[in-house]
Amino acid sequence: MVLTAIGAVALAAGIAFLGLSKDEHASTRFWAVLLQNSVYWLLVVNAAMFFLCATTLAWAGWTQSFRRVVEAISVVVIPFGILAFIVLMGLVFGHQHHIYHWLDTEAVANDKILSGKSGFLNPTFFTIWSAITIGGWIFLGWNMRRISREADVQPFTVEEGKKWIFKNTVHASFYIVLFALTVASSIPWLWLMSIDAHWYSTMYSWYTFASSFVAGMALIALFVIYLKNQGHLPYTSEEHLHDIAKFMFAFSVFWTYLWFSQYMLIWYANIPEETEYFKARVWGEYRGLFYLNLALNFLSPLLVLMKAGAKRNYTIVSFMAILIIIGHWVDFYLMVMPKPLGDHASIGWFELGIAIGYVGMIIWFVGRALEKAPLVPMHHPFLKESVIHHT
Amino acid sequence: MDVRKFVVGLFDDEKVLFPAVKQVRKAGFRIHDVYTPFPIHGLDKVMGLRETSLHTAGFIYGITGTTIALSFMSWVFTSDWPLNIGGKPHLPLPAFVPVTFEFTVLCAAVGMVLTFCYLCQLAPGVKKHHFDARATDDKFVMVIECTSETTEAEATALLNAAGAHEVHTQIAEAGWWFGTYDKEQKLYDESQVKVAH
Repeated sequence: MVLTAIGAVALAAGIAFLGLSKDEHASTRFWAVLLQNSVYWLLVVNAAMFFLCATTLAWAGWTQSFRRVVEAISVVVIPFGILAFIVLMGLVFGHQHHIYHWLDTEAVANDKILSGKSGFLNPTFFTIWSAITIGGWIFLGWNMRRISREADVQPFTVEEGKKWIFKNTVHASFYIVLFALTVASSIPWLWLMSIDAHWYSTMYSWYTFASSFVAGMALIALFVIYLKNQGHLPYTSEEHLHDIAKFMFAFSVFWTYLWFSQYMLIWYANIPEETEYFKARVWGEYRGLFYLNLALNFLSPLLVLMKAGAKRNYTIVSFMAILIIIGHWVDFYLMVMPKPLGDHASIGWFELGIAIGYVGMIIWFVGRALEKAPLVPMHHPFLKESVIHHT
Repeated sequence: MDVRKFVVGLFDDEKVLFPAVKQVRKAGFRIHDVYTPFPIHGLDKVMGLRETSLHTAGFIYGITGTTIALSFMSWVFTSDWPLNIGGKPHLPLPAFVPVTFEFTVLCAAVGMVLTFCYLCQLAPGVKKHHFDARATDDKFVMVIECTSETTEAEATALLNAAGAHEVHTQIAEAGWWFGTYDKEQKLYDESQVKVAH
């Protein structure tokens, strides 16, 4: 409806901009925006499956009353994964060395640091590992959703229930292992950190994970609130919302912890090869966004979501969820833009259009996925625990 | 001395206890307290206890810690004893963040523990009357205070009807006292009992 229209408008905007990309700066801007958005939204929807698997491993009961919403969000990993793969391949084989400097073979050969990294940063490894990663997320996510649907058929006996929970646990742990090898380590290095090819930070992957996970929790909160307001989700109440908002609050602080640890160590050591990353962000055109990033993602969740009453208020949580999703979009913008575009980056119709297009796609795909499965897994052994959940 | 008369009912099961608490409150009795072997979710709501303001106190302690740490370090490094450390500015805010954070947590944590002890009347040497030691094992103990409106007989009858398997009356000290538990051995006589209205 309206949302699909927004997506279509953004798509048209993107195509219109494609024609503009004869100019090198414009084409770099085009690809950088696509990279930022495709990676950001992919990691955000992928966080839903991580949340599901982590709570499954912990044998959490409270999530069961709205788990189908989380599953529906994780379905979007399939289209977004394919889109992100297309963009990444476009970057690598379109030879976008303004974004990925390590693609420039001549520069790598004359550069000690880059040639030292070439075992990891090369098109072959990049392609293969990206394909394995996205394929693995899609397959293991599909696997978890398939197992989850078994709870719709008929009631389990106690023995069957135990076996089924154990099966869930085992399959969730496969996903968690893949997640640790990808989102929590190698993927942010490859897709994002390699934009600043000379620079490195051991905190980077965790920081990216925290960023995408908190935005993912905000997305889950938005869908849960929307469906609750539409009169679905009979067993979900402000008790569940309280816990989701606790995740948003806690991981906002966790994100700040990692963000600040990375910043402070570099600031304190003051080594030129490390400070170049922050020099571009603090002392230039990005100064405003740099502080906006902290205000949106740290100060506002800290101060607004601190009170228990705020975490149980549907309006406040919706507002904060939207703010957090925007905030972390800005965070990813700051990760991607400064290196390829220098001080000439902008947030204009194209940046916002693509972002809105992605939002439209999320709403459309999640809506479709929600129709396909019953909203409550009626025979899940832990469902009762969720119904009587008390925080 | 604040000696009062209490009717004590012992329950076997929280499933019986919950409706009993509701029933007793509805009938207008004053529940002194309910003692349980483990925390029970929702019991505070049923008993009509107001939400604790411990977290507000915690926030105030925290913000006090932040203020003290930041202002003290700023004062030391800018006016009291400026030092050149690695060529950094005299007011290096990023370097202050870990210390400020730790001091905030310290103030909030210690302050909240002390406040909690104060609210629960816990301190070395402070004693309170135990209505039934089995509340630490497997019994749920509801204590009703007798007032001028509600008599012992009525309370006993109500507790029996609500499913208590053992009901008795105690005349006991309602507040806390310093010292030992000797005081408890001493029997109080009815004339000392204060009756609330």
